[in-house]
Amino acid sequence: MRAPTASCGLSAGSGARPECRLEGDWTLRALAPRADEFRRLLARAGQGASWKLDGVTRLDSFGATLLWHAWREQWPEDLSADDELRAVIGRIAATAAEPLPEARAFTLTDAIVVLGAALLGFANHLAGFVRLAGQLCLDIAYLLRHPGDWPLREISANFYKVGAKATPVAALVGFLIGVVLSYLSALQLRAFGADIYIVNILGLGIVRELGPVLVSVLVAGRSGSAMTAQLGVMRVTEELDALSAMGISRTVRLVLPKVVALTVAMPLLVLWTSAVALFGGMVSAWVQLDLGFGFFLDTLPRVVPVANLYIGLAKGAVFGLSIALVACHFGLRVRPNTESLSTNTTASVVSAITVVILIDAVFAIATRSIGVPG
Amino acid sequence: MSDAPVIELRGIVTRFGSNLVHDGIDLSVARGEVVALVGGSGSGKTTLLRHMIGLTRPARGEVSLFGEPLFSGSLREQRARRRRFGVLFQHGALFSALNVAENIGFPLRELHVVTPKEIRDLVALKLAMVELEPSTALLMPAELSGGMVKRVALARALALEPELLLLDEPTAGLDPDRSAAFVELVRSLQAQLELTVVLVTHDIDTLAALSSKVAILAERRILSYASQEKTMELDHPFVASFFRGEFGRRAIARSRGKT
Ligand SMILES: Nc1ncnc2c1ncn2[C@@H]1O[C@H](COP(=O)(O)OP(=O)(O)O)[C@@H](O)[C@H]1O
Ligand SMILES: [Mg+2]
Repeated sequence: MRAPTASCGLSAGSGARPECRLEGDWTLRALAPRADEFRRLLARAGQGASWKLDGVTRLDSFGATLLWHAWREQWPEDLSADDELRAVIGRIAATAAEPLPEARAFTLTDAIVVLGAALLGFANHLAGFVRLAGQLCLDIAYLLRHPGDWPLREISANFYKVGAKATPVAALVGFLIGVVLSYLSALQLRAFGADIYIVNILGLGIVRELGPVLVSVLVAGRSGSAMTAQLGVMRVTEELDALSAMGISRTVRLVLPKVVALTVAMPLLVLWTSAVALFGGMVSAWVQLDLGFGFFLDTLPRVVPVANLYIGLAKGAVFGLSIALVACHFGLRVRPNTESLSTNTTASVVSAITVVILIDAVFAIATRSIGVPG
Repeated sequence: MSDAPVIELRGIVTRFGSNLVHDGIDLSVARGEVVALVGGSGSGKTTLLRHMIGLTRPARGEVSLFGEPLFSGSLREQRARRRRFGVLFQHGALFSALNVAENIGFPLRELHVVTPKEIRDLVALKLAMVELEPSTALLMPAELSGGMVKRVALARALALEPELLLLDEPTAGLDPDRSAAFVELVRSLQAQLELTVVLVTHDIDTLAALSSKVAILAERRILSYASQEKTMELDHPFVASFFRGEFGRRAIARSRGKT
């Protein structure tokens, strides 16, 4: 590789025309370290100079582009170069003459369009979601008439993935939340001498509210994102199309097992997590308030009506159903590129958590007179 | 510098678990050559190509590019070495989130040397080089046909003005017409840009039309490495079935008739 050089200046006796003499390799690799310098030097000389390219040993399209732009896209009047170099520059000249179509610039109207599209997009999402849910209902009706077609293996595999494998992390989170909640409440209760109310607070709070919501957030992040990503990658790799081509319904084969598995697994996870959280609270109450385990367990069923447990489990099932539906909805909307995959996975988790909290509020209103003492 | 081989493999051994894929491979590719690497499916051609570009490292043996060991020198030097070759992956490997023009301009933009206007003109030039319409510039990879994907991937491989071009199954999945056109394109670019080309193929049409030398990968090593004519005369079951089968003879006759 010979280093490129350029010397531009008024040569002796050649009148007013400055002379530019280029030598060496004018290639991207050779020019890269000093591209700015050459760009400026050439631009200063401009198209009017007398150009001597005879010393150029190699010229690639980057070198040619540099020259062509320095010449303001016109051949200089005084150019000495052999045919090969002229051909290389000629190629860039030919394509630079008809530029590529540009993506349109972003204007104010576009901003309004984007805003409108977001609104319409929401309606579109809603419609898609309803369609998916409806399709699932039809599938279930069909499967009830043809019990042999239930995708039992997929359901069982999904159940293991979203349920059994989530138990350790759910237990860890539940235990710590139980400990923290119990500790903070104990500090306040002791001030009022109302120590034993810790059982009411923990029991009601965890069984009815915290357990289901906590597990939902965990599962939305853990399993919801996985479901969206899986369906999305299947779209990118055309596996979804392959399934359709085989005449296999993607809702029966992919969506239904996930929805069924999560709807069944979530109440169990809620039960498990609430139990561990209560245990954590119990440990903390024993340490802080010297409340015995026996007393705690005796008091719990008396102060927390069992209806709360049913509400908690029902919430779990509904939350599981919504998370799975939302995840599959977004998974099936992925377009075959990585950007869309990441957008939809994010949207899936955020929407699932939002939907869970919304449904939780509805539950709170609908069950406001059930299971609360007094 | 220019007399050192562009690629030099010495004693390459590769194994995946208990599966010994390469057992002592030596190969050296001189500047300006077009070498076809042929071999049965699963004989380790792609794996060897991945060694050459440093995506994987062999269990034993050494890979040198442009006269220097592939992993020698500082990080900067290694990166500079990587910019001297372009690769066309078997499935194109276009960035699915970028459109065609952005895909081709991507390596240039990453250099931080080329101005946006220059990138625009260079992308237009590369598109023209691979004989694609300027209007394809705004399409997304998912909207391209198989042949167009290969062309765009080739344009991207050429973006950094490489001296060495590595092609993995450049014509697999193309119909015969497209495949012939693509081969013709690679040949003209090779002549125009004075490229060294290594191509993996088991398409005999491609091989007959393009290569100056043929390396046969079989029985875990390079069985023969010679010009096309010499390779044809070789006495080995693989060569016999590959070149002298009915199909192979016809392909070679076709390419002879053309040139
Ligand atoms: N990442 C990998 N892990 C395990 N085995 C591999 C891997 N990549 C390739 N192989 C094996 O190495 C062999 C050669 O593969 P490959 O180089 O892809 O063959 P081909 O000549 O068809 O391109 C095959 O037997 C394949 O199964
Ligand atoms: Mg391969």
